[in-house]
Order: sequence, then structure tokens, then C-alpha cells
Amino acid sequence: MTALLSTLNLRLRLGSTQALAGVTLALRPGWTAIVGPNGAGKSTLLRVLAGLQAPDAGNVSLNSRLLHEVPLREQARTVAWLAQQGDTSGELTVREVVHLGRLPQLGLFAAPTAVDEALVQQAMAQTECAAWQHRRLDELSGGERQRVLLARALAVDAPVLLLDEPTTHLDPPHQIALLRLLQRQARAGRTVVSVLHDLSLALQADRLVVMDAGRIAADGGCDDPALHAALARVFGGALRVERVRDHWIAVPHLGD
Amino acid sequence: MSEHDAQRRARLAWGLAASSLLLLAAGLAAGGDGWSVPALVDTLRGPDARLIVGDIRAPRTLGAWLVGALLGLAGAIAQGLFRNPLADPYLLGSASGASLGVVLVLAGSALAGHGISLATADWIARIGLVGTAFAGALLGVLLTLLLARGAPHTLRLLLAGVVVGVMLSAVGDMVTTLAPDALRGRQAFMLGSTSFLSWGSCAVLAAGLLLSAPLAWRLSRLLDALTLGEDSARSLGLALPRLRLALVALLALATGLAVSQAGLIAFVGLVAPHLVRRFAPAPHGHSLLASAAMGGTLLLLADVLARSLAAPVELPVGVLTALLGGGYLLWLLHRRGLS
Repeated sequence: MTALLSTLNLRLRLGSTQALAGVTLALRPGWTAIVGPNGAGKSTLLRVLAGLQAPDAGNVSLNSRLLHEVPLREQARTVAWLAQQGDTSGELTVREVVHLGRLPQLGLFAAPTAVDEALVQQAMAQTECAAWQHRRLDELSGGERQRVLLARALAVDAPVLLLDEPTTHLDPPHQIALLRLLQRQARAGRTVVSVLHDLSLALQADRLVVMDAGRIAADGGCDDPALHAALARVFGGALRVERVRDHWIAVPHLGD
Repeated sequence: MSEHDAQRRARLAWGLAASSLLLLAAGLAAGGDGWSVPALVDTLRGPDARLIVGDIRAPRTLGAWLVGALLGLAGAIAQGLFRNPLADPYLLGSASGASLGVVLVLAGSALAGHGISLATADWIARIGLVGTAFAGALLGVLLTLLLARGAPHTLRLLLAGVVVGVMLSAVGDMVTTLAPDALRGRQAFMLGSTSFLSWGSCAVLAAGLLLSAPLAWRLSRLLDALTLGEDSARSLGLALPRLRLALVALLALATGLAVSQAGLIAFVGLVAPHLVRRFAPAPHGHSLLASAAMGGTLLLLADVLARSLAAPVELPVGVLTALLGGGYLLWLLHRRGLS
């Protein structure tokens, strides 16, 4: 169930921007949140980790094998990816979309088994979309659609979950529910990596990676003061990290 | 699938089956004097019943359904592949390639002093025209694939298709300028016609449909996955460039066969998938096959109308499909604008 995903000196230029400027990272089971200002390279890093974008230099390893040498189906069975923007079209119902998460196991031609059906139902239950599984995606709100796409990623049942902005469009109760879900997935031995803009949510992760200008500015546990300082620095001093009860939260720093 | 969805799909299937059967009967009855049951009875009692009904109307009627079915299937593949409801089967250069093939044969024969026309062509010339149109359609798609360097990116493929379409049309224009005798044949080809369809054509079309429809159905889950976006589809372990190429090949086969036998029939490939989505939205496994049946029904309806509306004058079937299809899309736009 466990998998190790690591990168070595990743470099990637997108147009005139150096999106990744030497990223070395080892991702282990547990929940890692990646944060940073806009354009820091967070989503690009996730796409490279998912094998969707080849780096100009450096490499990605999955369980000690170079990712691009791992067969596509095996990659897909091991690493599930959720896009930043749910780019959906077509006439599929919620259940049909979540079933697509079983394609890495089934391929295009095999019929779903009872196990596949059970995993689909479980993923829909975890994201609270089982009740409207026969509705079409274009009948749903942005938040509901995001939960369906998250269920699709969970249905892969992969040891590595890469989630790009999974809280987009979610209301606060569903953001908290997602946080609990990610924590449960991590406790079950999965490697969960999520890009998040909500820093207070990100500070609940097991590990925080702070990115800035294509580099890793800080990497550590969420109670590390050096990491809090790095967070304030990469966001230009616009926030500070405070402890409220047992949790770290990011508070906007509005000046004097 | 919910019970409501199952009912909608069943209603669509029964509706398409019943309309197809009715229209097949109407196609047998529609003759030079228009659509008439008494005239059909007279014809059936007459000495030429076998020739008129068995060898002319029956293959034409069945052929029209098959051409429409191939276009409906190709339209559903194109709209799924390009994730665009305005995609039609002619996007990848097959139409202009087929048209250029016909123009070259007509111009060549005219310049050699053996002018042939679409209406009077004997069977050898006819086979030559059909074969050249089919080869032209495939060549158009092949040029598009070469220009796009395979099918790694949908947008590049789409742009290459547009460029190849414009260029081959321009070459066709140039040839007809140099050999004006080919202009009339080209125009007839552009308007589309089902009047040359024979039993041989039906056999070729049916073989094409029996080959392409099951293969497209096998790839339908790829089209479903593409509705989530190309990156999500890739993250599901699908080798998109190779699979997209397979879909392009099916699209080219279905379109090439339809165009080579009946010319450029407009709007059927565009409208059939729209109608299916309207009556019974479903995953591609269902909508590909339903679009084929819808395309067959639409073209057969247009063909019966083309033979009957202004009888004894027969209207070009492509003009009617353009009017019906364009009218439907206008109504759809108006309705969406209101909502």
C-alpha cells in the first residue's frame, strides 16, 4: 500500500518563467501540504509528480524506479491525481464519473467487478455524494462537482494521492470534512500530497512544503518556528502563524 | 443508471427503430410522382416492379440510412474526441480530400475528351469516382495527421484539419478553374445525393458500419474519460496519442465511406449527436450507437422529403439536411438564449 515518490533537482521552464528551479523532495506516507504564493510552481510540481509534464532536467522516482520508465497503467494505479480546475463536459452522471477512477485497474475493456463497485460507493460515501449519484455533473454546484472529482480520484484506490487545490469551491463544513478525510487517508498509509491556498488548513498537515519562485523555501513539521517565519517571508509579511487552542492558523497581518 | 435514464434510453431506442422502419417503407413508396401509397401499389403490380422498387428505391433507401448512420457515428466520435459540440465529421480534411478526388477524376476525364458526369457515369466510371473520393478522404486525414505530427494534441490536430481543408479546397478551386467541365460534377458532389446508391454501395456501407460501430463502442470509455479533460484522462493510465489515433482512423473510415458514396451531406453528423443528447443523455457507449441510428433516421427522412416535396423535381438531399439541421441549431440557440 505504501509508496515513495521522490524528485531530484527538478528544473522546468514554461515560456519565460522558470517554474521549477531545482526541486529535490522525498514524499513518504502521511499528508504533505504544499503552499506558496501564486506562480511559485506548486501545481507544476504536482503535474510533474503525476507524470503529466516532463521536466527539462532532474527526475522523478516512484518506489526507486524512474517514473517515466514505469508503465502508464502502473503509474495510474499507484498515483491518483486531481486537477486544479474541474474541466468537465459531457453527459455523465456522478456515479459514471466516479467509476472512471477504476480505469487504471480495469483498462478500457474490462467490466467492473463487485470490488470496483464497492470502491466507487465507498469513494462517493467519503465525499458525501452518494445521495445524488444519478445526477449529471452539469446539474451540480461547483462545490458538489469538486466533491465528485475528488471521489473519482479516491476511487483509484492508489497509494499516492496528488490533489491540486481540492478545497476549491467547498464551503467551510466540507473543507473540514476534506481535511479529516485526508488525515484518515494518511493514517491508512497513503502518501497524500495536496496543494492548498488556505494556509490554516495546510497547517493541519503532517508536513508543510513552502515553495517560492520554483524552489523549496522551507520544509518541515507544522509546528516548526523556522517554517512559520518562511511562510511569512514568502507571502511578503502579509500573514503570521499563531496557535489557537491546539492548532496553528495563519492570520492575515494587516499592519499597524 | 437511474430508472429515469433507462426509460429515456429505451424510449429513444424504440422511437428510432419505429421511425427507421416507417421511413424505410416511405422510401420504397417515394417515386417520381412523390410519396404515394396508391402509386406504390400500381408500381408493385406493374411489369417493372422488381427494377423500380427492388433495384432502385430499396438500395437507395437503405443506403441513405447507412450513409446517415456512418455520419452520425462519425459526428459523435468527433464531438467526443474534440470535446466540442460543434465538431463535425468533416473537420479533419476528409471532405475537401474527397471533393478534390472527384474533381481530379472529372477534370482528367474531361481533358482527355471522355467527359463523365455524376449523373450519367457508367459503373466503371462510378467505381472510379467512389474509389477516388474515398482515397481523397483518407488522404485528407492522412495529410492532417502528418501536419499535426500524429495525434498527440487535440488542438494541433484540429488546426491541422482546418489548414488541410482550406488548402485542398483551394486546389480543387484551381482545378475547376482550369477545367470548368468538372465544376458541375463538383457542385453535385458538394450538395450530396443518395440517387446513385446501389446494392453494391449498400454492401460497402454496411460493412463499414459493422466494422466501425463496434470498434468505436469499444473505445467509448476513452471518450468518457476525455470529458474530464486530457490531463485527467492521461492520469487514468490511458495512452492518449495512440488511442486518439485509433479514433481518428475510425472517424476517417466512417466519413470517407459516407462521403465517397453520397457526397458532402451537411449537418447530419453535427445534429445527430445533439438530438441524442437531448432525448437521452448517456455515456458514449450508448450515445455513439444511438447517434448512428439517429443519423440514419435523419438522412432517410431528408431523402424521402427530397424525393417528395417538389416531385417530380428531386431536391438535393444535402440542401434539405442543411435546412433541417441548420434550422434545428438555430432553434437550439434561440432556446438557450431565452433560458
